Amino acid sequence: MDEALTLLSFGEQGWGDTIARGVLITVSLALASLPIGLVIGFFVALGKNSKEPSLRHAANIYTTIFRGLPELLTLFIVFYGGQIMVRQVAGFFVENPQIEINSFVAGMIALSVVFSSYASEAFLSALKAIPQGQYEAGNALGLTRNRTMLLVILPQLIRLTLPALSNLWLILLKDTALISVIGLPDILREAGIAARVTKEPFLFFGTACMLFLVLAILSSVVLSWIDRWTRRGDAAR
Amino acid sequence: MSVIAPAKAISRPPLPDRRWTRSRLTGHLLMALWAILGAALAAFLLLNYDQAFYDRYTPKFFNGLIVTLQIVFLSIVLGALISLPVTLGRLSRNPLAGVPAYCFVYFFRGTPLIAQTFLVYYGAGQFRAELETVNLWWFFRDAFNCVIFTFSLNTAAYQAEILRGAIQNVAKGQREAGESLGLPKWLIFWKIILPQALIVALRPYGNEIVLMIKGSAIASIVTVYDLMGETRRAFSRTFDFQTYIWAAIIYLVMVEILRRLWDVLEARLTRHLERDRDAANDEPNEPGKPAGAEREPGEPPAGPVGVLR
Repeated sequence: MDEALTLLSFGEQGWGDTIARGVLITVSLALASLPIGLVIGFFVALGKNSKEPSLRHAANIYTTIFRGLPELLTLFIVFYGGQIMVRQVAGFFVENPQIEINSFVAGMIALSVVFSSYASEAFLSALKAIPQGQYEAGNALGLTRNRTMLLVILPQLIRLTLPALSNLWLILLKDTALISVIGLPDILREAGIAARVTKEPFLFFGTACMLFLVLAILSSVVLSWIDRWTRRGDAAR
Repeated sequence: MSVIAPAKAISRPPLPDRRWTRSRLTGHLLMALWAILGAALAAFLLLNYDQAFYDRYTPKFFNGLIVTLQIVFLSIVLGALISLPVTLGRLSRNPLAGVPAYCFVYFFRGTPLIAQTFLVYYGAGQFRAELETVNLWWFFRDAFNCVIFTFSLNTAAYQAEILRGAIQNVAKGQREAGESLGLPKWLIFWKIILPQALIVALRPYGNEIVLMIKGSAIASIVTVYDLMGETRRAFSRTFDFQTYIWAAIIYLVMVEILRRLWDVLEARLTRHLERDRDAANDEPNEPGKPAGAEREPGEPPAGPVGVLR
């Protein structure tokens, strides 16, 4: 037991600080992917909700592809495909370019694309739940279409999608663990290195699992706080 | 030479021209973009066509596909079996059953599948001596077994939650009606609660299988040569990006087939709810279009299955 604690401690003897750095990377990767995924997901949902068939088809193709592919495969396609593409483009300018794609950026792109395709479904069902009268009311007040969207629809949308988005956030947090495969030093990779060096895989991978659980619990606390905040108007009814 | 319209034809006012609104323009541009991307992919596959590559890797991909299907099938079935006691525990009012079940579900749903797989695969090696004494080392020595073990437990946690949600979703009156008929408890559960719960659970179960198909790619990281594993091996030898494209196509086709299959299954199993379905399809925002007007008799109703989504 003491031995395990020494291994997990901070400082010279232990791996605590290394793993803590991994936690920081995991959290920042998830936080960086979230806004991009939300924005793309919102626009894809608008496309799916559009009266224009071609726009609906284009949006549906996007979700079909990225919800059907394994996250790991999406990641590899972004990482290696992106590398090949960037090299091709750079090849026009310089001889034999040696460019590496940052694994953090590749992970961010892959995760936000996957997140957005799921988020678009959540946004879509919420958009369908908002009655037409809300748009008409905005119109009657002389708001432009964009202002109506921003001031009338979006606030209601946040409240309606929050439960689904909370779930998606937890999934996103777990999916960040996949990025360790392309070499990003996140929780799982640091734990893996520590496990190999100390020959204590159970301890370190167990710690990694527990850290993900702690992150999930912390997120639930924050999310329930946000949920209460979005519902503060309900009490008056 | 002009064609004379038959006298029966009804003359209608001409349809207004469809204008190139901004959304129509965007839609067409995006569709063009998808078409270009698709064409570029097809061109990439054709231009890099290499018979030797296909001769060499088609059988390997096929083997990988079989392994993937094995992983998915075994995990889902074993997971369903494990999920039954877990569901009972979650539904039970006894904390001795409820708390462990809750912890089980919380752990497996709260941590990444890849971390769980590492924990079992690498962690088991650490307990080799102990596992050998209980004669289980042969099982955990093999990566495939470790993957099946982890994935079954993982999907069991998710399936238990699906089943629990579905059972609790069945209206209380159904149980009470059964009781008032004097039916024994197990019969009420077996004949009244479960059939209704399974209909509600059908779609989440389908989603869970899709998640498992996608999650099975993780097996490739612990040296199991499933579809993803074969893809990675082929790519590391040839550095040919075609491998990933073909893998993507196979995964997409698999998921899409399952989804279609599930739609058929759902339509079949809910056909006794047909009337409700029609009622739910009467969308109030489409006036002048009677329900099912565009449908041929005998053809299944178009659109979403109202009662279930």
